[in-house]
Amino acid sequence: MIATRDLRTAAIARDFPLLFQPTSRGKRLVYLDSAATSQKPQCVIDALVHYYTHDNANIHRGVYELAQRATDEFERAREKVARFVNAAEPAEIIWTRNTTEAINLVSYSWGLGNLRPGDAILTSQLEHHSNLVPWQLLAAKTGAELRFIEVDEYGVHRLDDLEAKLEGAKLVALSHVSNTLGTIAPLATIVPLAHAAGAKVLVDGAQSAPHFRVDVRDLDLDFFAASGHKMCGPTGIGFLYGKRALLEAMPPFLTGGDMIKSVEYTSTTFNELPWKFEAGTSDVAGAIGLGAAVDYLEAVGMDWVREHERRLTAYALERLATLVPRGLHIYGPQNRDQRSSVVSFNLADIHAHDVASILDTEGICVRAGHHCTMPLMEKMGWPATARASFYLYNSEEDVEALIGGLEKAAGIFKV
Amino acid sequence: MDDFYKEYILDHYRNPRNFGRLDRPDAAAEDLNPLCGDRIRFELKVDDEGRVTDVRFSGRGCAISQASASMLSESIVGQKLEDIARMPKEKVLENVGIGISPARLKCATLGLKVLKSAALGEIASWPEEPA
Ligand SMILES: Cc1ncc(COP(=O)(O)O)c(C=O)c1O
Repeated sequence: MIATRDLRTAAIARDFPLLFQPTSRGKRLVYLDSAATSQKPQCVIDALVHYYTHDNANIHRGVYELAQRATDEFERAREKVARFVNAAEPAEIIWTRNTTEAINLVSYSWGLGNLRPGDAILTSQLEHHSNLVPWQLLAAKTGAELRFIEVDEYGVHRLDDLEAKLEGAKLVALSHVSNTLGTIAPLATIVPLAHAAGAKVLVDGAQSAPHFRVDVRDLDLDFFAASGHKMCGPTGIGFLYGKRALLEAMPPFLTGGDMIKSVEYTSTTFNELPWKFEAGTSDVAGAIGLGAAVDYLEAVGMDWVREHERRLTAYALERLATLVPRGLHIYGPQNRDQRSSVVSFNLADIHAHDVASILDTEGICVRAGHHCTMPLMEKMGWPATARASFYLYNSEEDVEALIGGLEKAAGIFKV
Repeated sequence: MDDFYKEYILDHYRNPRNFGRLDRPDAAAEDLNPLCGDRIRFELKVDDEGRVTDVRFSGRGCAISQASASMLSESIVGQKLEDIARMPKEKVLENVGIGISPARLKCATLGLKVLKSAALGEIASWPEEPA
């Protein structure tokens, strides 16, 4: 059983050509930074090449066959993403450049019109700067109060005072999965309480959409944002899901071409959903590439991906525990069900940057620093952490390489 | 890069020289490397001729940034602020040794950047020379 799983992983890894490019030191590349961006399977690379080779034209404009083909492919990709997150219809999927832009869209377009002094925005202490800074600015502009769900020393949400915190909240904005600690937010508990308190819920899905099945209707989310580049897709493309009724009522975010129905010199009628929010020429190739990525992930199976990462993360935690006597500190939730495939750690008194540099000499890519969560790092009292993050193409062999690299770092620093 | 973490780098990291704060420094500056959150502060005592008479640095960060700042602090007592403000970054790169990767260059030069801005800040506060 385990052996078949290993064969499957090896077959999946072969879909990602970059993983087979040795480093300049001749080492096998061990890519453990998928939380920053994932590698791309050949089929996604091929989709981009195919689009530029055979289908390239501007969309929604040309009357000729080529333009129609480009438009069809672009809209088909939207349908794929809508199905992937189980939106009610493709028009509820808005293309953006990335998660950050999707969150900003909501902050400006929904937030400015719906928040007043005395209202509250509730987020958490775990957030990526992308799901924090827009709310800080929105609070400053509207006079709303920004509140935080606290997390404990393991980065697990503390829900005991949730109902009090929800009082007066108009928006709850949470990351589905913490990119620093891997904590999976207890949305099934939070969302119904948020709705009962009269708040809308935005979920930053940058670290969830790539790793497990997300059903925006089952979770009853109002908004959901994600980035293509973290889920096997190209950079430059991401999406916002929003419930139709909310999107309909929102004014456009950016304005210009494509998002209009008709324009006179002094007034404009805006286009319908989803194009109302897609001003200017979109990243057509990127959207098509993301459609290919979604096809790929569905062919593998998101349940398989989650199960694979869950086992691999458990294996990594077990192996890393052998380094605890040499001063390894592992952060994040203790309960495996509350954790995604992100493992943050520090090794004795060695700074995370030094750990990452030494691992780099062994071909191992990990992230070191504050992971765009400076307030969380400050709260926890960690100047920096090193972070290994796993994806569908990683194997136990990669974990072993990590352990070997950490032993080397411990040796150099004599810990 | 492996031999980048030489004995003396680790020694400066674990036992930084001139680490701490000065009582009423004449010049001070602080900065951080936003990439990693590394933070360094330099404080100086300066005599009437603009020469450094005492120095302390503080902060936190990787072995490279801390060792580089520590070694730098050892070499500046007696130097004129004008010379410090003009110190080339090759000086600190020489200190830390060869083979630093571009990604870590900022770590190695953070201390120098802070020290220079302390020196420049102090020079800027001096009264104009009478003509
Ligand atoms: C939880 C989380 N939110 C938001 C982002 C921002 O993603 P992007 O840079 O693609 O907008 C990231 C990416 O690191 C993330 O991990």
